[in-house]
Amino acid sequence: MIQSFINDFPKWLKKNLFNTPVNSVISIFILALLWKAIEKIFLWLLVNSVWTGTAATCRQADGFCFPFLFEKVRFIIYGFYPDGQLWRPTLAMLLLFGTLFYSRIPERWTKKLVYTWFGFFTLFFWLMRGGLGLPIVTNDKWGGLPLTLMLATIGIIFSYPLGIVLALLRRSNLKILKTLSVLYIELIRGVPLISVLFMSSVMFPLFLPEGVNFDKLLRAQIAIILFVSAYMAEVIRGGLASIDKGQYEAAHTLGLSYFDTMRLIIVPQAIRIVIPPTVNTAIGMFKDTSLVLIIALFDLLNTTKTALRDPEWLGFSLEAYVFVGLIYFVFCYVMSKYSQGLESEFGMKER
Amino acid sequence: MFNLLRDEKKRALLIQASGLFLVLAIFGYLFHNTQLNLEKQNIATGFGFFELEAGFDIGEALVEYWSDDTYLKALWVGVLNTLKVSILGNIFAVTLGVLIGLGHLSNNWLVKKLCRSYIEIVRNIPLLLQLFFWYALLTEALPAVKQAMEILPSVYLSNRGLNIPFPVNTANYGFSLFGFIVALIIFFFMERKRDLKQIETGVAKPLWEKLNYTIFLIPILIWALTGASTEFEIPKLVGFNFNGGYTLTPEFTALFVGLVIYTAAFNAEITRAGIQSISKGQWEAAHSLGLSQRDTVKIVILPQALRVMIPPLTSQVLNLTKNSSLAVAIGYPDFVSIANTTMNQTGQAVECVFMIMIVYLTFSLLTSIFMNWFNKKFALVER
Repeated sequence: MIQSFINDFPKWLKKNLFNTPVNSVISIFILALLWKAIEKIFLWLLVNSVWTGTAATCRQADGFCFPFLFEKVRFIIYGFYPDGQLWRPTLAMLLLFGTLFYSRIPERWTKKLVYTWFGFFTLFFWLMRGGLGLPIVTNDKWGGLPLTLMLATIGIIFSYPLGIVLALLRRSNLKILKTLSVLYIELIRGVPLISVLFMSSVMFPLFLPEGVNFDKLLRAQIAIILFVSAYMAEVIRGGLASIDKGQYEAAHTLGLSYFDTMRLIIVPQAIRIVIPPTVNTAIGMFKDTSLVLIIALFDLLNTTKTALRDPEWLGFSLEAYVFVGLIYFVFCYVMSKYSQGLESEFGMKER
Repeated sequence: MFNLLRDEKKRALLIQASGLFLVLAIFGYLFHNTQLNLEKQNIATGFGFFELEAGFDIGEALVEYWSDDTYLKALWVGVLNTLKVSILGNIFAVTLGVLIGLGHLSNNWLVKKLCRSYIEIVRNIPLLLQLFFWYALLTEALPAVKQAMEILPSVYLSNRGLNIPFPVNTANYGFSLFGFIVALIIFFFMERKRDLKQIETGVAKPLWEKLNYTIFLIPILIWALTGASTEFEIPKLVGFNFNGGYTLTPEFTALFVGLVIYTAAFNAEITRAGIQSISKGQWEAAHSLGLSQRDTVKIVILPQALRVMIPPLTSQVLNLTKNSSLAVAIGYPDFVSIANTTMNQTGQAVECVFMIMIVYLTFSLLTSIFMNWFNKKFALVER
């Protein structure tokens, strides 16, 4: 094994790195650059890093300040959630991961899954909010990773049916409804998410009669759902467009009504086709939930910013951003790998 | 009643009428509530506040602005700042994206893996976090003005921004730049005409190809005729700040770098997919016709790849423009951040959010119109 590696490695090098003079120069240049970068990161993260001590110890050293992370990780992940109750958001997140993991296989996407998710959400909100034996934690105390995950998951789940309706209307013969749907989709896609979030935080209270008011979190969640549904609609429209005309005609010949044709024949096929781009939209949305920071909700990014504002620990931004960046990266990377896996799986079945 | 439901046309009409009624009713209700609420809070509707004195300073502006100027002027400064970062950002993001996309197709293993990692890392981290990261890097990790690093001769980097030399006679260089853009457009059309001629007659005119480049003498000529100024203003440390030259603020630099790096990753994927969508047979056919590598790419591959690339690139161009609104989080005075300040000072929430939407819709519409025109004219010529 080692012998064959020693034999093959030079050949591999010659073929992949040094096949032409120009490539050789580029390779050497990149290797030198990489060496420099890796050396720097190695020094910062491992050699010069501080593992125990205070902010003062960190300031003297020239490396990654782990005490800062140890001190702040609880706040970054859970925000203002009460100290004695941390097992609740933890369990809620674990339940979410479990449900997502269970839902990963397309064969399981049946009615039963809908009930599973319904059950999950009941449990999730019971754990987060309390009641029935648990102390109540109002949602202005929710924050950090559970909040980010909640905004993203609910955003995806609710924007999806809305997207299907919008896409169907956009492709229907009902001129007026079609125009309304086109206007909605293009309007939302033409403006930045911030403007929709501003709308939810400053304009939404004006829309409601006096005395009626939603809390800020719910308003932001509605804004996210409304925003993403326009993008979902476009993704699903792509799937609808790729369904063969024969499918419509066959359904019509069988005597199915428009509603049944869509429900039983067209939409299930279209959804299947667009799963990979849907996951990409979901990734985009997961990242975009960080924008709720601008309307002062304590999502994962905002708890990080708040942790950085502690006067005792000023100046450790890079540590915090690298840590939180890693969390975001892991979630998005897993999702994108999942989408690629589905894509190739569906691709195999077509053939 | 049942007859009405059975008749397909009448049923459609009924559905539409009720749908429209529902939407109008909701809008009417919301509008009514808004009016009542505004009345109660004593907020005057309309755009009368445009003429009032803004009273806040703006860190950087492309036109002269003082805090006693009107809100309208302040918002205009915001529009220009948004345009500045979007246009510059898009030019760099597309260029960098295409380069990285091509790098991803390179036969050098290192280049390929490096480009792949770049794309994977950048695409999977929220843009807002990346902007904070760059901003922190520029303001915390860099030395104070007194210890500014001289990264190139007379180019200073400190936590107050990047100070670069700037020509004293700006008008002179402005004219030259304008001349260069005109020359670029003329060059583009002349090259296209030459290509069409070659396709029509089959005769290559290599001499013409070289002659076409002479058009780039125009900007040099303009520069020479308007005084040939070579004088540069060098940034100098005076007290606690740099004087002279041009300062790129940390806010602008962080936003610009963040947007370019983020969007370039998406543009790179588009480029890779576009070029990979061209079948290998096209390369082989072009080579067997005796076309050089350069001509193969220029005449055969690129026009076909562009067809696939332009629609998604358009949406990335728009995404960068929309994402520039995240400036509000790091303090670059773009349109959203100035509208936000205006909203907080005047309480005109409805008008300000409405204006943000209109401005971005206008940008989107103009970009779409331009890209559609470009696509029709150059990329989508079906044979």
